Amino acid sequence: MAPTILAAIASLFLFVFILWLLRKGVLKEKYAVLWLLVTAFALFFTLFPGALRWVSDQLGVEIPSNLLFFVALVILVVVSIQLSYELSRHEARIRRLAEEIALMKLEIKKLHSKNESD
Amino acid sequence: MGEDSSGHGCHLPSGLESGLSRHASGANGGTWTNVHLVSSRKTLVAIPAWNEEGSIAEVIGRIQLHEPDVDILVVNDGSTDSTALVATEAGAIVVSLPFNVGVGGAMRTAFLYAFREGYQAIVQVDADGQHEPAELHALIAGLDQYDIVVGTRFHPNSTYNVKGPRRWAMRLLSRTLSSMAKSPITDPTSGFRSAGTRAIQLFHRNYPAEYLGDTVGSLAIAIRTGLSVGETPVTMYYREVGRPSKNAVWSTLYLGRASLALLVNALKRTAPRREEEA
Repeated sequence: MAPTILAAIASLFLFVFILWLLRKGVLKEKYAVLWLLVTAFALFFTLFPGALRWVSDQLGVEIPSNLLFFVALVILVVVSIQLSYELSRHEARIRRLAEEIALMKLEIKKLHSKNESD
Repeated sequence: MGEDSSGHGCHLPSGLESGLSRHASGANGGTWTNVHLVSSRKTLVAIPAWNEEGSIAEVIGRIQLHEPDVDILVVNDGSTDSTALVATEAGAIVVSLPFNVGVGGAMRTAFLYAFREGYQAIVQVDADGQHEPAELHALIAGLDQYDIVVGTRFHPNSTYNVKGPRRWAMRLLSRTLSSMAKSPITDPTSGFRSAGTRAIQLFHRNYPAEYLGDTVGSLAIAIRTGLSVGETPVTMYYREVGRPSKNAVWSTLYLGRASLALLVNALKRTAPRREEEA
């Protein structure tokens, strides 16, 4: 029973932690929702292992923990891809901003020297 | 900076202009127009520079000597030395990026500047002095017939010589791009090149900022968009002769990254994404 309690505590802790981050405003809703769902499911299946066994049977997976591993892997891969996507987009945007800032600095310099000569 | 007026609806006039001049030069054998158009075309020489305080002043000076009518833009790519100061004192327009973005990003800044300021031609020159300013003329004149002109190091009089895997890599890239363009592109990795109005139109929005994107990748985008690419023989000077780092492993990586740059940019959607609109 000890491992179950440990897993339950971990899931609960994560769930509360995500909520706390969300409340502090450091985690955006779109990311928080996914993790809240994941931790909620984790908590559910820890408290009711029978449910996991039932789902595995329905899907024809012989060992229930394998289903857990598979689902966890899929979620992690999808999340990594999404993060790469967001990161690429941010890099492109930051670069764009850098270009604009550089051109603006030049524009300001030009205006300054024009003002001085007037 | 007139971007509201230039942000939209500029495709047609400039495209037409470029098309007309190419047509005119083609109909007349392409020789008589050169002198006239070179002098009348508003030209920008763009120099991406990252910590080049030692060589930038001389490069600027030599360009002014050979092409007194062009404007010189130094894109200071996050230098930590006095590149910007030295370049300003030498008489160049200096745009300073807040951090290093690489040659591709620096060149896109130059294209953005050229587009907004209404330049009709832009020539890329390296800040380290490896390109010969006396050859700028040929690169600019070539824009009478082509949208992009690449200075090639491979020609009968060239002393430039690469061997082994690096040569094979370059040859493969050259063949692929040549067959895409249906015209010879013998030196796709050359950074000594010019671009006309239609290319400025395209590149101020879509200039690949990744490694090798500025050379191979930009050509792939240009060809796919239907721009014509010509080339002219150039001389390049190398400060170091041996280049010991360029061994087989390096060449393989280089080829891989270059192929990736080519492939990605050949497949890339060239319509501007919303956040990239000027």
